[in-house]
Amino acid sequence: MKKILVFLLTVLTFSAQAAESAEGGEFNPGEMISHHIGDDYTWHFADGVVLPLPVILYGENGLDVFLASKFYNEHHELQPYNGYVMEHGHIYYANEEGEPRTKVNEKGETEHVGPMDFSITKNVASLFLSVLLLFLVFFSIAGAYSKNRGKAPRGLQSFFEPIIVFIRDDIAKTNIGPKYERFMPYLLTVFFFIWFNNLLGLLPGGANLTGNIAVTLVLALLTLILTVFNGNKSYWGHIFATPGVPKWLAPIMIPVEVIGIFTKPFSLMVRLFANITAGHIIILSLFSLIFIFQSIAIGPLSVAFATFMNFLELFVALLQAYIFTLLSAMYFGGAVEEHDHHDDMGFGDGPHAAQAHH
Amino acid sequence: MQLVTPGIGLLFWQTITFLVVLFLLSKFAWKPIMKALREREDNIDAALSMAEKAKLEMQALKADNERLLTEARAERDRILKDATDAATSLVEGARAKANEEGQRMIEQARVSIQNEKKAALTEVKNLAATLSIDIAEKLIRRELQDEQAQRALVQSYLQDTHLS
Repeated sequence: MKKILVFLLTVLTFSAQAAESAEGGEFNPGEMISHHIGDDYTWHFADGVVLPLPVILYGENGLDVFLASKFYNEHHELQPYNGYVMEHGHIYYANEEGEPRTKVNEKGETEHVGPMDFSITKNVASLFLSVLLLFLVFFSIAGAYSKNRGKAPRGLQSFFEPIIVFIRDDIAKTNIGPKYERFMPYLLTVFFFIWFNNLLGLLPGGANLTGNIAVTLVLALLTLILTVFNGNKSYWGHIFATPGVPKWLAPIMIPVEVIGIFTKPFSLMVRLFANITAGHIIILSLFSLIFIFQSIAIGPLSVAFATFMNFLELFVALLQAYIFTLLSAMYFGGAVEEHDHHDDMGFGDGPHAAQAHH
Repeated sequence: MQLVTPGIGLLFWQTITFLVVLFLLSKFAWKPIMKALREREDNIDAALSMAEKAKLEMQALKADNERLLTEARAERDRILKDATDAATSLVEGARAKANEEGQRMIEQARVSIQNEKKAALTEVKNLAATLSIDIAEKLIRRELQDEQAQRALVQSYLQDTHLS
């Protein structure tokens, strides 16, 4: 045990030194990692196996659609194309010298100017792929249900049925109550969407879709919208006239409760994004060790750790999908719950308690 | 900073795609799946409650049968007992009657025997009296024929009798 600790400490010290020395060299783990967890205009499966994806731009030149490969010349070097230039994974308008056009913003800083970018990036392509997979799986399951109606499930159906029943019974029914049925489609979709995309992200060459803030933002926003639009009298009553709280506290309580409406989905957004991105960063960091040391000896150790992390990430993929669904269900439950007795403060406690342990 | 700044492209595609997925899966996957699951659960519930009901009915039927059987048994026992009682009382009655008849006949016989006995005895007495008179008559007649002997007898009586 002691030996392992000493060894780990040594490795960590070495890696810190190595990272310093690598800054000027060829391999920059920070850049590599941020490139991997970020988005891209091409899908880089392996060295030399690159799928250029369509770039869709809308701006002062109108709508422009072309393949991302136009930005590369025959030597795989970046080049401006059609008045656009790509720099650090972003597309900007090109000026006469082929450089990104700049402007000075109101704070006095110079910044690049670019068109609105609706490109089918690596993440969007991965999104479409996951959607295809979702359709394939769940339409076939739905078909199986109508085919062997009233019979025991089989095959894919029997794998997913316990999960669907779990989401219905242990997530929706428990947390929402009798009105659970109207939220079932959203909960099921969001669970399987997150889970499938988390798993796709773990594949080699996979995109970090659920670790992208835009994706988690949209999901959290939908939860917020569903909560607010399904909020009943007692939900709003708890926000604008929290029962059991003296009237003179209202100037404090109302802003706090209103902020609470937004912090709940915000926490959903950040939790999913941070967990998935962190998992990717850890695995990539472990692999980076090999290149930092440039030693064959560190290989097995790094691979062992990365394998362990990968298994952990497989679990996290499921766990985060579960947490997102569970918390969404709790917020919906708070929105549609009927309060018979007004001294019940359990309204906000459920979701907060669940957040606390994560 | 780039990491936590949502890009408009992905926001756009994610919103559109997710809403489409939500709509299509709701309509063509979740609806039939949830319906099928509910139907199957209802079926299972119904089958279970039906089995429970059938079990109860079976129990009721069994209890009914048991009761009927017990009743039948009791009825049989009762009939048997009645029959035995009837037979016994019949036999008893017959025996008593026979006894009584016998007793009566014995009594009658006794009475008639008594009467016969009395009659026979009277006859015997009468006969004996007649015979005695006859014998005595004959004896006296013969005795009186022998005068000397009579005298001797009287003499002997007289001698025995002490006239003093």
